[in-house]
Amino acid sequence: MNANHYLYAAYIMTWAIHGTYLYNLARKAKRVRREIEKLKKPAIARSAPEQKS
Amino acid sequence: MKRGFTILAVLTALLLSFSLYAALVLAPTEQTMGNVQRIFYYHVPSAWVAFQLFLINFVASVIYMIRRSTKADIVALVTAEVGVVFCTVVLITGPIWARPVWGIWWTWDLRLTLTLVLWLIYVSYLVLRRFSSSSQTPLLAAVLAIFGALDVPLVYFSIWFFRTQHPAPVIGGGGSLDPRMGWVLVSNWIAFMALAWLICWTRYQLEVAQRAVHEAEAMQSLMEGAR
Repeated sequence: MNANHYLYAAYIMTWAIHGTYLYNLARKAKRVRREIEKLKKPAIARSAPEQKS
Repeated sequence: MKRGFTILAVLTALLLSFSLYAALVLAPTEQTMGNVQRIFYYHVPSAWVAFQLFLINFVASVIYMIRRSTKADIVALVTAEVGVVFCTVVLITGPIWARPVWGIWWTWDLRLTLTLVLWLIYVSYLVLRRFSSSSQTPLLAAVLAIFGALDVPLVYFSIWFFRTQHPAPVIGGGGSLDPRMGWVLVSNWIAFMALAWLICWTRYQLEVAQRAVHEAEAMQSLMEGAR
């Protein structure tokens, strides 16, 4: 039985599924990092006048 | 922590590369099926890893129901998510193997159907967690996960107790496996377990950070409202 393309398809699909999930995870991590930065900004702005006084 | 992660990531990459080489080159070619049989080295370990993750999800859900521990809740969420990814691999590689061997992509055989049901249960678990904003969501999800986990032994033992089209289990099922194929299978299993552990670790840290951000945002809006 020579059906190597089925073998390649299975292996490629496996890595495509893992790759897609990891890509989504990386996007989510980027979004969380951006949210952390956004949270830090007003905190710095608020603490600035306190430091002056 | 970061160093441990890097070491695990490098080890996982090495293990996956070696296991891929072993599956494609080192493992002997099966006489009847030929190279298509090599799909087995990705299909079976992915199934084992998915089952392990669903069992961890079950334990974490029970712990959550008893102690209401946030850590257990996060572990349950993470293992369900990564388990669904591995179960998807099983449901995709299985039909790709079946087409040239059985002549059909899919049959409503007991094991195949139960695996599909298992996948659907955990997908609905993730949908529940994603779209429900009730404070009872973790508890409801834990109950669903406990019912979902009952399907895992049913899937595993279905080929022991019922006559199905799915091949017999390779370990403890009376099937004979060439020792060279056996170690390639185990090496792929270890590699996929390492990958699953790495993904779970990353996803756990991300979930913790995400929850902290949401809490901080809620606190900030409360403080701004009080001013």
